[in-house]
Amino acid sequence: MDYTLLLIQVLNGLQLGVLLFLVASGLTLIFGILDFVNLAHGSIYMLGAFICASLTYALDSYLFAVILSLPVIAIIGYAFEIFLARPLYARDHLDHVLGTFGAILVIDTIAHLIWGPAGIAIPLPNYLDGQITISENIEIPTFRLLIIVVGLTAAFGLLWLVNFTKLGMLIRAGASNRTMVAALGIDIRTLFAIVFAIGATLAGIAGMLIAPITEASLGMGNNIIITAFVVIIVGGIGSVKGAFVAALLIGLIDTLGRSFLDDLFKLFMSTGAAENSAPAISSMSIYLMMALILSFKPKGLFPPRLG
Amino acid sequence: MQFIRSFKFLILVSLLVLPIIFNQIGMSFYLDLATRLCILAIAAVGLNLILGYGGMISFGHAAYLGLGAYAVGIPAHHWLYGGLDFLATNNGFIHITIAIVISGLFAFLTGLICLKTKGVYFIMITMAFSQMAYYLFVSIEEYGSDDGLVINTRSQIPLINLDDPIQMFLVSFSSLIFFMWLVQLITKSNFGLILSGIKDNEARMVSLGYNVYLHKLIAFVFSGIICGFAGVLLGNFTTFISPEMIDWSRSGELMFMVILGGVATVMGPLFGAIVFVILEEVLSSITIYWHLPFGLLLIAVVLFFRGGLSSLLSK
Repeated sequence: MDYTLLLIQVLNGLQLGVLLFLVASGLTLIFGILDFVNLAHGSIYMLGAFICASLTYALDSYLFAVILSLPVIAIIGYAFEIFLARPLYARDHLDHVLGTFGAILVIDTIAHLIWGPAGIAIPLPNYLDGQITISENIEIPTFRLLIIVVGLTAAFGLLWLVNFTKLGMLIRAGASNRTMVAALGIDIRTLFAIVFAIGATLAGIAGMLIAPITEASLGMGNNIIITAFVVIIVGGIGSVKGAFVAALLIGLIDTLGRSFLDDLFKLFMSTGAAENSAPAISSMSIYLMMALILSFKPKGLFPPRLG
Repeated sequence: MQFIRSFKFLILVSLLVLPIIFNQIGMSFYLDLATRLCILAIAAVGLNLILGYGGMISFGHAAYLGLGAYAVGIPAHHWLYGGLDFLATNNGFIHITIAIVISGLFAFLTGLICLKTKGVYFIMITMAFSQMAYYLFVSIEEYGSDDGLVINTRSQIPLINLDDPIQMFLVSFSSLIFFMWLVQLITKSNFGLILSGIKDNEARMVSLGYNVYLHKLIAFVFSGIICGFAGVLLGNFTTFISPEMIDWSRSGELMFMVILGGVATVMGPLFGAIVFVILEEVLSSITIYWHLPFGLLLIAVVLFFRGGLSSLLSK
């Protein structure tokens, strides 16, 4: 076993997990609190990447671009809530799914019109582009480490916001009984729009963080959204804690499966058979895990108690 | 009522006659369009069985179309290029059997898990499982990965030549009629009544002593098989089979057809497929960015127009 490779792949898995958490936490927050299914969440992740890319070239600085993109994405999320989500709260989930499916087509095509069919790479500044040397043969890219740190910070910030602040208290109260909260004189509609904007911003951050590694591209949102669904299903829809645990679990399983499953298979089957079956199995691994978990816990690992 | 009935009859007759007339005067494009329409309508009929009559919102039914198409593609691929002798064939009956078994099995296994859940969980899990099928086919290099599988042959069925576009169309059209009739038969049966009882009030059906889970599972498997059959036709029609058929936006389009056409109606899926295919054709001939107006229209339909086309007709 190559321990250096293992360590690097574990870090890659953590990085994927953290990004998945940023996307999935917004989804789960919006569903848990607003009871709204937002398929277009992945498109907001994509917009985060593209807007950040454009601003990086305009400002000639990735850091400023990120700082400026944050409010832009928040405003997009806020507007999305007002124009599409709000009229649909009273409808059933089927309408949410169809309406936001339409929104995906609209947002993706607009992105296609603005940024063109090819992806946009984002150059990193020198101070983020280096490697951190841990021992003589282990080097970790600084930026990947930064992604993990930012993701973890966002995760704990979100848990703190929801559990220990006045806004968080109102959000939780609104989730359990919106009529009562409204009757107490709280502007529940603005509160919901704020939750939506927070969720969108988290997805946007994920997009901004991944873009320098993979580049901003048109299909990126639709690729991550289903994995994010798997995360929130496994974690329990509506549970931020569940999303965190499930995101790291899925990030690790997916990454490690892709790099080590063929070695594992070679232990008990021929090399040829292992090399043929490993990619197929590893591409299905997270879905098989989801199936396994759901057959024991149909409501996920941490079913939320919210009604 | 009389007017509506004759209107529906008129639609079916035009769907049968017009494409053939167009084809005879040299506009074969419309024949292909109608074939594709019929195949999509069959899949929509299958989805309608669980979505419309059973209240199970599956966002993963494109998976069955893909499985059915690969059930044609993989045996034909081996028949053409060797390997896996036990599978290699271009016999249409074997293709159909494989498609039915595989899509039924996939529906059964995923249904066992999906149907333990409800609402949003169900939507997302069906979506996730279809994505699993998508990634499975992407990962198999033998069958072309992302690029898909081109087969230079079609299923061989006695007395029928699917290479002839008119016969391909007639097979698709008569299959559509058959499945519309079959689904209507099912929904009028005891089983169908229990199914719509479950849709309306599941707790009550449990109290009345019905095995709700089992009834839902049977309907789910049946719906998957119908879509799998549509996949066999689709594979034969395009002779190009790619994971893109399973992409979740295809599932979304199927849902769009069922809902726009009007859920839980016999003609609804067909109306939905007609509207979808025409919209796609017209919009994409105007602009390559046809998803933009299509998406806006979808949003408008959701926001302002409920119950689908069929409900509009019966008012």
